[in-house]
Amino acid sequence: MPKFRFALLALCLAAAAHAADAPLTAAEPELEAKMLRISAELRCLVCQNQTIADSNAELAVDLRNQVRDMLRQGQSEQQIIDYMTARYGDFVLYRPPVRGATFLLWFGPAVLMVGGLAALVLVLRRRSRLGNEHFDPEEPGEDEAAPVSATAARPVKSAK
Amino acid sequence: MKRWQFLAPLALFAVLLGFLAVGLNLNPREVPSPLIGKPAPAFELARLDDPTQRITHADLKGQVWILNVWASWCVACRQEHPLLVDFAKRNPVPLYGLNYKDKRDDGLAWLRRFGDPYKASLYDIDGRVGIDFGVYGVPETFVIDKQGVIRFKQIGPVTPEVLRDEIEPLLKQLNA
Repeated sequence: MPKFRFALLALCLAAAAHAADAPLTAAEPELEAKMLRISAELRCLVCQNQTIADSNAELAVDLRNQVRDMLRQGQSEQQIIDYMTARYGDFVLYRPPVRGATFLLWFGPAVLMVGGLAALVLVLRRRSRLGNEHFDPEEPGEDEAAPVSATAARPVKSAK
Repeated sequence: MKRWQFLAPLALFAVLLGFLAVGLNLNPREVPSPLIGKPAPAFELARLDDPTQRITHADLKGQVWILNVWASWCVACRQEHPLLVDFAKRNPVPLYGLNYKDKRDDGLAWLRRFGDPYKASLYDIDGRVGIDFGVYGVPETFVIDKQGVIRFKQIGPVTPEVLRDEIEPLLKQLNA
């Protein structure tokens, strides 16, 4: 129990320390919030499974600064996104745009699920129409006549 | 027909396996650059070795040239550097460096130690020009044609194979 309490305390401290790290400049909270919102849509090219908002890679810091500067210059969110895709490609977008090449990416899972469900329904319907003679019951006595599995399941004595 | 139906799952599995095999052999670090075939971004930067002298994109127009992004803190840059030094000795086209987010003294010391293959190194202290070039992993190397269009980009160190099989044939073609 005391160990658990200690762990909890450590966790709280870690969270507090993390909060202290957060680079929120109090001077322009609105701008900062907008910058973070846009950054959360952009992929960090260095650590690819993080957004620019989450990553502490140097490039991510630079790109956050770039977003901040562009916002200060009064550029719109769309202009900033366009600026980033012009340099880093669609890859920089955390949500890839819907177009021909990404069609499978967006709708593939749904197509697979609908296809799977349709196949399942078809098979079940066909089976329900079949008579009993299509389902041969297991031979009676087969279970009893198979003591092999019982012996195999017995735990093997460890050789000491 | 019916007899071969049991092979369908196997065929599906083979297709899946094919996709996975291709996927495993792709390098996720190599993001295709949207800048290939586009004009190289405009820049105006001071020389690394002389802060008073500035070089702009306009100064380099009308020739085929190579831009190599490097930094003294970049370990992989050391790996490709001898290759670049050797390349510069043969001097088919001018090689310019972009010293990316580095300290001036560190960069200069690095060149003294490992050799300086560059006609000039541009000093990009805050990485802004790097962002314009879509740089995200140093070293990166760009081939830029006479019209100022980016024709090739190498992410990561240039290898002898890339130099021999891709960059040099391209240079020949562009200079033809």
